[in-house]
Amino acid sequence: MRRIAKDERTRIRLTLNGRARSAETEPRTLLSDFLRYSLGATGTHVGCEHGVCGCCTVLLDGTAVRSCLTLAVQAEGRDVRTVESLAAPDGALNALQQAFQNHHALQCGFCTPGILMSFTDYLKRNPKPSEADIRDVLSGHLCRCTGYAGIVSALLEAANRIESR
Amino acid sequence: MKPRPFDYVRPEMVDEAIAVLAEYGDEARVLAGGQSLLAMLNLRLADPTVLVDISRIAALDEIVDHGDTIEVGAAVTQSRLLAWPRLAEKLPLVAAVLPFVGHFQTRNKGTICGSVAHADPSSEIPLALAILDGKVVLRSQRGTRMLAAGAFQQDMLTTARANDELITAVHFPVLSDRRVAFREVARRHGDFAIVAVAALMEGKGAVRLGVGGLSGRPEVRSIASTNGSATRDAVQQMAAELEGYDDLHASAAMRRDLLCRLAPVVIDEAFRCAA
Amino acid sequence: MPPLVGTPIRRKEDPALLSGRGRYADDLPTPAGTLHGHVIRSPHPHADIVRIDARDALAKDGVWAVITGQDLRKISDPFLVALKTPVHQWSLAVDRVRYVGEPVALVVAESRYLAEDAAELVRIEYRPLDAVIDAQAARVPTAPILHPEAKTNEISVRRFSYGDTKSAFARADARVALRTTFPRLSFTPMECYVVVAQYNSAEGSYDVLANFQGPFSTHPVMARALRVGGPKLRLRIPPDSGGSFGIKLSVFPYVVLIALAARITGRPVKWVEDRAEHLLAASSGPNRITEIEAAVTRDGRILALRLDQLEDYGAFLRAPMPGPLYRMHGAITGAYDIANVDVINRVVLTNKMPASLIRGFGGPQLYMALERLVQRIAIELDLDHLDVIRRNLVPAQKMPYRAAAGALYDSGDYPRAVATTTDSGRLDDLKRRRDAARANGRKYGIGFAAVVEPAMSNMGYLSTLLTAEARDRAGPKNGAVSMVTVNIDPLGAVSVTADVTVQGQGHETVLAQIVADQLGLRPEDINVVLEMDTAKDQWSIAAGTYSCRFTPGTAVAAHLAASRMAEKLKGIGAKQLNILPEDVELAQGKIRSRSNPDNAAPFGRIAGTSHWSPVMLPEGMAPALSETALWTPPELEPPTRDDRINTSLTYGFVFDMCGVEIDPLTYQVRVDRYVSMHDAGRILNPMIADGQMRGAFAQGIAAALYEEFSYSDEGAFLSGTFADYLIPTVNEIPPVEMLHQETPSPLTPLGAKGLAEGNCMSVPACIANAIADALGVADVRIPATPRRIHALMEGSGR
Repeated sequence: MRRIAKDERTRIRLTLNGRARSAETEPRTLLSDFLRYSLGATGTHVGCEHGVCGCCTVLLDGTAVRSCLTLAVQAEGRDVRTVESLAAPDGALNALQQAFQNHHALQCGFCTPGILMSFTDYLKRNPKPSEADIRDVLSGHLCRCTGYAGIVSALLEAANRIESR
Repeated sequence: MKPRPFDYVRPEMVDEAIAVLAEYGDEARVLAGGQSLLAMLNLRLADPTVLVDISRIAALDEIVDHGDTIEVGAAVTQSRLLAWPRLAEKLPLVAAVLPFVGHFQTRNKGTICGSVAHADPSSEIPLALAILDGKVVLRSQRGTRMLAAGAFQQDMLTTARANDELITAVHFPVLSDRRVAFREVARRHGDFAIVAVAALMEGKGAVRLGVGGLSGRPEVRSIASTNGSATRDAVQQMAAELEGYDDLHASAAMRRDLLCRLAPVVIDEAFRCAA
Repeated sequence: MPPLVGTPIRRKEDPALLSGRGRYADDLPTPAGTLHGHVIRSPHPHADIVRIDARDALAKDGVWAVITGQDLRKISDPFLVALKTPVHQWSLAVDRVRYVGEPVALVVAESRYLAEDAAELVRIEYRPLDAVIDAQAARVPTAPILHPEAKTNEISVRRFSYGDTKSAFARADARVALRTTFPRLSFTPMECYVVVAQYNSAEGSYDVLANFQGPFSTHPVMARALRVGGPKLRLRIPPDSGGSFGIKLSVFPYVVLIALAARITGRPVKWVEDRAEHLLAASSGPNRITEIEAAVTRDGRILALRLDQLEDYGAFLRAPMPGPLYRMHGAITGAYDIANVDVINRVVLTNKMPASLIRGFGGPQLYMALERLVQRIAIELDLDHLDVIRRNLVPAQKMPYRAAAGALYDSGDYPRAVATTTDSGRLDDLKRRRDAARANGRKYGIGFAAVVEPAMSNMGYLSTLLTAEARDRAGPKNGAVSMVTVNIDPLGAVSVTADVTVQGQGHETVLAQIVADQLGLRPEDINVVLEMDTAKDQWSIAAGTYSCRFTPGTAVAAHLAASRMAEKLKGIGAKQLNILPEDVELAQGKIRSRSNPDNAAPFGRIAGTSHWSPVMLPEGMAPALSETALWTPPELEPPTRDDRINTSLTYGFVFDMCGVEIDPLTYQVRVDRYVSMHDAGRILNPMIADGQMRGAFAQGIAAALYEEFSYSDEGAFLSGTFADYLIPTVNEIPPVEMLHQETPSPLTPLGAKGLAEGNCMSVPACIANAIADALGVADVRIPATPRRIHALMEGSGR
């Protein structure tokens, strides 16, 4: 049984974007803060810290979850993927990212990483989503800039492109 | 919005978890999916001394088909049950309500039992458990007890769980009559419902109606007819009895009116539902 | 080569933002030893602060300071405001709190977690006072007074009269009157406020990073509060910002607060606002109550208007308030040709969070009154709504048109835009849908709204708030300066800086398009650097991103700077290529002879000459290293003696038409079809323009149906989380059919107007009109929530 006292700083080990990473932290530290401030993965954004806006969505063992509603210690020993993992090492955008640029699916870009991570998970589970499916999953994210139209178009294109491979 | 400090324990066995609960009582909080609890911790609306993370207890992460009931363990996420291949066949009502529970991203972590434990008055899973007359399994060092859903949820965010008890599972009965229907009115899809209505056919000409959002907990009534003025009268009587309540999104009168408008539609949908 | 301006090229910004490589304020490195602040906020709407006891908090390990209003009062001054009243605001409450959420103390500790822990140990004793929340109630003489020295909560009343309203009302066939309300809301950006401040005690200077959006007329306000000259407040704006929509102006009191905390602690201090704080206290649009009345002829021609506008700014008036009450002033007659108008503008204070800048900025409030009134005129005179609109529109042949209150509508053809909307937008189809729905007993209505959309504010408009005599004493205020610099480096590479703050509008891309066109380069050859540094960048008070100033302002300055640079390069190229300057063209990355394109040199080689070989420049030419253009259009004049003011430079036009149905089961308003016509002059990048309009449309829907800051009668704040304050998700935004017309502005060299606020102004009014049509009611309040619709239907007996 793992037991950590409240003021005890413990080294939390996890896999971040395919690499073993660790840092010392307290049990109460949110995974969102741990990723950003302890591991420097600032692509994960924090928009509400109560699980509604979706900006902080990351993959935990491949599943899209709110990192603000997850303690860093809960990710101990598990696989975490963030937006930084999506592009190729040379910076080339993947199909999902490229579709977002093609359809002007982002303006300020603050909500975008969370949306990309949600659909990285979802399109793997359902490679042929209907527009209604896409809207249902996208409704777990708030975007204030775009009015969502470009995002829906981008996701439809991405689903088609990923599927046709 | 950062949580207050707390001790963290992550048992691997149920016995370890209930030992911690026995030791800390109401100073402990159980963390399963955390989709309500973590938000409350971040807002400093909850103040546990110790957090008992049960998400890695393998024994709780099971869906067991007992034939006449389906047992869902306390670590089973809403997503996992939604993806369970026999869900639509065994628990059509649960299959109907789960897509309305939060969002894809929160269902990936939020648990079925966590939603029951949280006991929001208009929440979908407690409503489904109540109308199906399901059971909640509570374990402590004192023993194990099973409570009917109606006895478990007592009022808004209030349940019969003792401080040393762990909800280890809920049991959803499998009904022979699979004609069900569900609708809810929420400001936005994925929000807690303002009013949620579920209906189950009970043999010939009778229906069981479950209602969330009219009182502090899901309310279930049997109605002897499935259409016409007798049904409408019964629904109106139910609305009048429950009264409803005011909040930012709806007045009590609006809740009553919503019930009166929705319930006949939902009953009719259940009646027509191809078994 | 076809010009890049006008084409939908993809955004330069996107690859970084899509890869987690954005550089938002909270992502940037902080100085060694940075401490973290947490603001303790008032739980009371109105109370005296009796005692603050921070001993226990200060005794905690890792806690550096607990700073109170009394501490700040000694080393800072209250914020300046245009309206001279004895209303003083510091960056923390002094002696009294006046709204729930008002900053009372700042805890500074080694981490945010610790600072929040320590905040719970600070004991603050309050003596509660009666609060006043309702704007009308605040005017009553017996109301609790927020600022006793001001002796009233109604701190400004100004009366304006244009034409001869009195005799127009006397000769009118009829009068139509209406009262409208506009609620409090905010377009809450997804990123909250961030401030990182350092103090250099040797120089007495502050260095602050903040996701501030401008206008930079607020910089002097901050500097004065800090008691330093402008250069001693170095304000830096990060390269990326997670949205703003007007809201990030109001980070400025926190810039001052955190700067002072850095001075007090002697350490760099960082503060990241959280969502709970943001909803509770960051900013809000002002709520407004308008009494509007028209004098009309029998056939619906509006002869005169009277408006009595009461706007509620919350607990304090903060610069540049009361902007929303005056920003539309010159254009207060909207799209209509109305010669006579009387206006009363009232500013009232209540125990709510201070109101400030928000996208639309006064437009949504005005058009809710004006466009609802036009519908009421049609109903009361038994005329067709659209006919009344058509009968009153400013005719195309009157353009440019001087509106009664002083706005100079630069161009447009409103009647043609309306005709296109009803034809291409298929009004006949909408009517069929309405008739079919009504035949089935369903509640369906059609709404219209015509909106003139101003862009690039005249920095002098707010001085209309003062009487002509007071303006004479203070000196004239006017203009709006835009500045862009185009630089060439020793390798001949081009970079651009500009006086805008990034919030997601794609300015980097559009500036690259504009500059690349002039220099014969590709957009990817232009490096646009938009993080701002007040110590090193060119800026004036109009700088920032707000009031759609980019297209009529900064974009023009970029065009001017780049074309000047191009002229110089042509001169240099002529000498090097041995041809006449008139024969030189910049194209395809080359500087070459127009008549003999083989006589050419790479752009970079000739452009770099200024650095390496000034001797090769034409005689008398300064090196072509840098060109800064200032664009200051002469039309932005100060208010006249009789209070006429051209409030903005360009005026676009939006015409909306929609059908809505009330859901027969749920009381929800369902938008069945929505059509929006825009005329914003020449479009610089159609893809980006479309994104701006769709974003504004979504915010219009949010205001019409979802978002509201609610307070209890006692002043408690009820919208403190995203479960209470409802931002539409993808499923709540209906499709919109966009139509376009292009009437270039004659006043800007690119012919472009602003376009990103129009739908914020038109959608709430258009939907309210459709709901009124569906339910047959006059009093429609927004957001038209199911709760309100339920009450309306109950009231009308269903």
